[in-house]
Amino acid sequence: MRTKKQNFVRGFIDVLPLLIPVVPFGIIFGAIGIELGFGPYVTYATSIIIFSGASQIVFFQLLSAGATSLVAITSSSVISTRHLLYGAVVNQYLSNLSLYWKIGLSYILTDQAFAVSNEYFKKNNNEKFKHYYLLGSGITLWIVWQLTTIIGILLGSIVPEELGLTFTIPLTFLALLINYFRKVDHLIIIVISGMLSIILYDAPFKSYIIFSSLVSLLIAYLIVNMRKKQK
Amino acid sequence: MSIWIAIIITGLINYLTRLGSVLLIKPQKLNNTLKTVLNYVPSAVFPAIIFPAVFLNDSGLLVEFNDPKVIATIIAFFTGILSKNLTLTIFTGLISYWIILFF
Repeated sequence: MRTKKQNFVRGFIDVLPLLIPVVPFGIIFGAIGIELGFGPYVTYATSIIIFSGASQIVFFQLLSAGATSLVAITSSSVISTRHLLYGAVVNQYLSNLSLYWKIGLSYILTDQAFAVSNEYFKKNNNEKFKHYYLLGSGITLWIVWQLTTIIGILLGSIVPEELGLTFTIPLTFLALLINYFRKVDHLIIIVISGMLSIILYDAPFKSYIIFSSLVSLLIAYLIVNMRKKQK
Repeated sequence: MSIWIAIIITGLINYLTRLGSVLLIKPQKLNNTLKTVLNYVPSAVFPAIIFPAVFLNDSGLLVEFNDPKVIATIIAFFTGILSKNLTLTIFTGLISYWIILFF
């Protein structure tokens, strides 16, 4: 049985490689907020209040392009709906926690924290303090996002755009999926979701992520059901 | 609408998407099929983030097959399959992207 601290530290260590895109992305986001004329306070406030890189960027881009607040709110919220799926997954492991824990952990349930915690929980479901793992990975990401936003606000685009560091975002998610590519059923879901996201890319309110995810999960459901019947 | 109100509403909705299913879904009530389907969440969500970022350009059009991002992604993919190492996969992808871009 690992202690609270050991779980926390493991979460911290495991999320470190996933910070590779977060650092440049945070700096770029801070710089974009200033460039688009939102000022330091508004730019930074989104990192605390919204705390979701993709949603924050879309929110600023739409507003500065002249979209109404309603469109900006809807689009960045639709992008966030993927978290509903993350919550449903981690909830299987954390349902015994108190309400306070759930309220706190939900705030730091990001893509990266979900990705590492999901793998950890699967393998360590009997660890009593496994929620400290999510706490460790989530807080680490939160701190780095806050700091890099501030760096971007203060220093501007110190990350040269030519380096193409935003490319590390898809690379990180690819690396996270690598073990799933070996399983045929997962491979089918991955390819379907990816193709759908390209086809649906122009759907309103950036809904392509949640649409592609839900349709692929429906197909996963059919696959699971089919396998059950074969048994 | 003031930008502050817009940020707070977006933040609230954002937070509710993270908290929502944690509060509303009772895992005991999920049947086994649904629990199994939840194993596919990473495979269903992450590709929708990966594919457009690799295969579409800034204007949302499909890139050529020999685009630096596509080639670097393929190299990263095989590195990942062979090494099973997360950090190595990311760095190999990034470095091969730079090599194609700058040499």
